[in-house]
Amino acid sequence: MVKPVTYIEAISQGLREEMRNDESVFCLGEDIGVYGGAFKVTKGFLDEFGRDRILDTPLAESAILGTAVGAALNGMRPVAEMQFADFVTSGFNQIVNNAAKVHYRWGGKVPMVVRLPCGGGVHGGPYHSQNVEAWFFRVPGLKIVAPSFPYDAKGLLKAAIRDNNPVLYMEHKYLYRRIKEVLPDDDYIVPIGRGIIRREGNDVTVVTYGSTVHLALEAAEELEKEGFYVEVVDMLSILPFDKELMLDSAKKTGKVLVLHEDTLTGGVGAEFSAVITENAFEYLDAPVRRLASIDTPVPYSPKLEEFFMPNTEKVLKSLRELLAY
Amino acid sequence: MPRTVKNTGIKQKKRSEPGEYSSLLSKKELNKLLYNMKLHRESEERILKLYRQGKIVGGVYTGSGMEAIAVGSAYALEDEDILVPLHRDMGAHIVRGNPLKRIFCQYLGRANGPTKGRDGNMHMGDPELNIYGMVSHLGTMMPVALGAALAGRMRGEKTVALTYIGDGGASIGDFHEALNMASVLKAGLVLVVENNQYAYSTPNSYQYNSKNIADRAIGYNIPGVIVDGNDILDVYEAVRKAVLDAKAGKGPTLIEAKTMRMHGHSAHDDHKYVPPEKLEEWRAKDPILRFEDHLRKSKVFTEKELEKLHDKVLMEIEEAVEFAEKSPLPEGHEALEGVYAD
Ligand SMILES: Cc1ncc(C[n+]2csc(CCOP(=O)(O)OP(=O)(O)O)c2C)c(N)n1
Ligand SMILES: [Mg+2]
Repeated sequence: MVKPVTYIEAISQGLREEMRNDESVFCLGEDIGVYGGAFKVTKGFLDEFGRDRILDTPLAESAILGTAVGAALNGMRPVAEMQFADFVTSGFNQIVNNAAKVHYRWGGKVPMVVRLPCGGGVHGGPYHSQNVEAWFFRVPGLKIVAPSFPYDAKGLLKAAIRDNNPVLYMEHKYLYRRIKEVLPDDDYIVPIGRGIIRREGNDVTVVTYGSTVHLALEAAEELEKEGFYVEVVDMLSILPFDKELMLDSAKKTGKVLVLHEDTLTGGVGAEFSAVITENAFEYLDAPVRRLASIDTPVPYSPKLEEFFMPNTEKVLKSLRELLAY
Repeated sequence: MPRTVKNTGIKQKKRSEPGEYSSLLSKKELNKLLYNMKLHRESEERILKLYRQGKIVGGVYTGSGMEAIAVGSAYALEDEDILVPLHRDMGAHIVRGNPLKRIFCQYLGRANGPTKGRDGNMHMGDPELNIYGMVSHLGTMMPVALGAALAGRMRGEKTVALTYIGDGGASIGDFHEALNMASVLKAGLVLVVENNQYAYSTPNSYQYNSKNIADRAIGYNIPGVIVDGNDILDVYEAVRKAVLDAKAGKGPTLIEAKTMRMHGHSAHDDHKYVPPEKLEEWRAKDPILRFEDHLRKSKVFTEKELEKLHDKVLMEIEEAVEFAEKSPLPEGHEALEGVYAD
């Protein structure tokens, strides 16, 4: 019998396979070796690949990311782990001013991946729950991906490792052990820059990525019972993003909800909604709506966090309002 | 000429014998050192002229008075090693083989410069020459050099990466992160602190509260070495030793080269905050004149040979300027190219 694989196992699998396939792939980060990583993504890797390729580092994000840039420039394919996505700020400069701009400036290639365990719903509070994509979204030279299912978690990680550019890989902590699926045996990748239609429908579109894909799917299920068909567009890649897919769906249904777990103002959804309004205005029957977390730090206490984040109820409410247009 | 490779006052471990490596340099090599220092100096003088003529649209930072550090350090590398120079290290680019023609194209924003006009002045790199281009943000390149050295080691190569930082840049967090991590991982990193006593207008007394920056090495348990930054053989000696140590798996070295920035911070800066006596004192220690003097006294070169060398430098520079001025500027739409690698 084929065993379903969790989202986090899919990440480990993808990483392990790439390390086996290509000697230039190596990992570096805090507690990734002996301990196997804070979330155990690299559990067992030290024994298989040795200390040089599973590099336990001091607590120093800028050095970790800068080292990754230098190793990438010198022919390696580093995968740097941030223990939590939140800590990437301590190495922000290396990503936005260094990794992202090298190729444009003098032609050096920086094939590095930054793994970013992100997201809320795990009672992590303000510093262990953030979604960090918007900080990087407007930096030309970077790529950003955000898988929602194990299949894509594995395939996007492999694509990210093989890409010749710096790729930020947003892995959602809430999904780690909650989502499972059976994965194919073959060596597949999920191409960066393309999204997919998770569920087809004609009445309204949800454009989303990462954890909130699951909220959209739940809401779609619910609304189908009432006779409404929701199309769920899973962007998978945030930068570059699949404009065509997004616009085709918007044109088809004429009503769009842009949904993400990151906070609202200046979020990726603002850009998505601008692109839809700019390019599909004549097809729209309602203003593009956004649903995201409220504009506060991620609060800790359960009721506060629940109020903060999108959930299925909130998605349903937004969709019903759109459908009523 | 005194060669004073020595440790900081704190760590008194014996380094190389005086002149152990520099005494091995042949006449041809000494010639090359002098030639490259002169190319560094005269190129920047020429660039300043172009700047004053309004031909260089961006900022210009020179390494005037610091040529011995740029040239002497880069000369200590092997071909397989990696050079990560900063804004005053024109001579390091030249030693490494970055052609003058391309360098002038860079300053003039031409399409055939190393950044195709996308960046200016010393912000250039070349993947073929193992030169990694600096970003403006000082300190940022230190961990990059560390990573490049590690990458080589992972492949079983003896790669060393050489990078630089100023007395000002040494205050930023990456300095600590990179040296600490390099020490822990025994990485082949050589860091040269170009202590020219000012960071823009900020004097050292406002920058750090200790005698030497090299003293910090003790905290990382790595060698900390102080050299006379205006003595190219002293610089070469220390960097060569550090490079060989790194290749032998002994880990990083922190080298502090004491010097003086003889020009303003950049071409627009009047340099008024430096007392004139201080500049006079350092003018007497000019690294190029000192080295010439040394070569003359030790009868390595005749006066005539030295003159010929100087003329050759000026000629090469004029050729490069002419080439660059004739080179095309990139077209506006070319700004769209190269954001991503294939
Ligand atoms: C992180 C950062 N902050 C500020 C600046 C602006 N800046 C450019 S050069 C400079 C002074 C640098 O002094 P130092 O490190 O001593 O090098 P020097 O120019 O003297 O060689 C400053 C403040 C910068 N480039 N990077
Ligand atoms: Mg300085």
